[in-house]
Amino acid sequence: MRTKRWAPYALIAPTLVLMAVFLVYPIGSVVYYSLQRYNVTQPWKNGFVGLENFRSMFTEDPLFWQSLAFSAKWVVVEVGLQLLLGLVLALIVNETFLGRGMARAMVFSPWAVSGVLTTGIWILLYNPSTGIFQELARWGIGDPGTSVLGDPATVFPATVVTELWRGVPFFAILLLADLQSIPNDLYEAAAVDGAGRWRRFISVTLPHLKDAIILSTLLRAVWEFNNVDLIYTLTGGGPANQTTTLPLYVARKAVDSHDFGYGSALTVAGFVVLLFFSILYLRLSKFGSRA
Amino acid sequence: MSRVLRLHVPLALYLLFTLVPFYWMLVFALRPTGSTALVPWPITFEHFDTVWNGIGFGTFFYNSMVIALGVLVFVSILSLMGGYALARFKFRGQRLFLVALLCTQFIPGAMMLIPLFVIFREAGLLNSLTGLIVADVAFQLPLALILMSGFVRNIPVELEEAAMVDGCTRLRAFFAVMLPQLKPALVAVGSFAFIGAWNNFLFALMFASRQDKFTLPVGLSYALGEFNTDFGALAAGGVVAAVPVVLVFAVVQRFLVQGLSAGAVKG
Repeated sequence: MRTKRWAPYALIAPTLVLMAVFLVYPIGSVVYYSLQRYNVTQPWKNGFVGLENFRSMFTEDPLFWQSLAFSAKWVVVEVGLQLLLGLVLALIVNETFLGRGMARAMVFSPWAVSGVLTTGIWILLYNPSTGIFQELARWGIGDPGTSVLGDPATVFPATVVTELWRGVPFFAILLLADLQSIPNDLYEAAAVDGAGRWRRFISVTLPHLKDAIILSTLLRAVWEFNNVDLIYTLTGGGPANQTTTLPLYVARKAVDSHDFGYGSALTVAGFVVLLFFSILYLRLSKFGSRA
Repeated sequence: MSRVLRLHVPLALYLLFTLVPFYWMLVFALRPTGSTALVPWPITFEHFDTVWNGIGFGTFFYNSMVIALGVLVFVSILSLMGGYALARFKFRGQRLFLVALLCTQFIPGAMMLIPLFVIFREAGLLNSLTGLIVADVAFQLPLALILMSGFVRNIPVELEEAAMVDGCTRLRAFFAVMLPQLKPALVAVGSFAFIGAWNNFLFALMFASRQDKFTLPVGLSYALGEFNTDFGALAAGGVVAAVPVVLVFAVVQRFLVQGLSAGAVKG
């Protein structure tokens, strides 16, 4: 075709520039800052400190380990449940029934709602004096409980349910798209061979969905690891830092204490976790497709 | 009967889980303060007046709309350019570029706050809507570009070639033949960008500290903290923030399903 050889480069140039300035350069500078003492409130003390930030992070900061552990728990529970419920939901809205389009639009809609807005909605719902549990108690269902977000015993499940509300549709949408691409003859052939509904799900549907499940789980795990807005506004990391994830800890170091050096060191630790996780996962998924 | 148990009961339960929180917000926004009625009647708009004129949600709404529309325009145009380049050309460094795009999906926005804050301060982009547009575009463009190249690849190259044999330049062939075919792609990618920008909280929180530059999520987060006894106002603010994205989403959700399957899953 008669096109200049520089044409593709010209087309991707704006993207390259934006990525270099807002993604690549910042990663480099985070690594640089992590070796500095860099606190905006005490600029006269700033300077190179080598690995000091990392040393105190690993040896003197229980909150680092606590937030890392909570991040891991959050990702496993949240992504596992979202995948399971999302798959069930996708299978349901893939069937033919009256009002299916309407039902899809409704059950998917929380996905469009932001973390802060989700928080606003659920704070109203969980509110100790006018929330849903008080309403149910008026009808004689359950006790007029305390604040589910203030009680250390219930704050984790309450936060998980809130994120499920907006996260399940993500899996449902992706998996529905893939369900629609399964040729119907496969099911017919399986039915002719005498396969029941469950058998067809195991032998036809699941293998077909495998790649989509792996890819969406990978993406979602990273996004949930990085999720800040919902937890930040719902619990603020409390009570007693019980729901502080690593990115939330970074954000609070940066926003509240202006401790950019130590925050950067935490960020580098987070990058290492994500890098390790993504490499491991990519290998696993490749291994799966060869089998 | 088994169909009811397998299909209708779980769907009804899930619909309840989805819709009750939305309804709860709507009830708080529309009923007078102090009322506990489950059906808001008579309806009052006092809470909307409080948040829109009193707390300044009118300004926040305007800021969010400017940012989201700006991001929509730039992400659409740039992803169209880059997506076309990826799908229709072979060039040196193509694989590297593609891998780089995929890798950006692993970069946490929250963890980039510190260097981005420094860049914004140096560039004088703090408290500017332009700055927020640029940052949102940078973070949303990679995924949009991957999606768009999937869409372009799904359109037979013969369509363009035929137009070029008839004497069109590549550019004219693109506008005359490709662009009309790519309308659903633009709807999907554009609405994706709009929703993402409308909802972005951390960048707006970090880079816009002046109240006249607040976006809706930032305004809402302040309302969560400072007006936590005025549930009517909180709910009304929530409705103001939710209506545009939920409307956009309801209209385009079937394009999104197609778009995600064309672009993301089959990469």
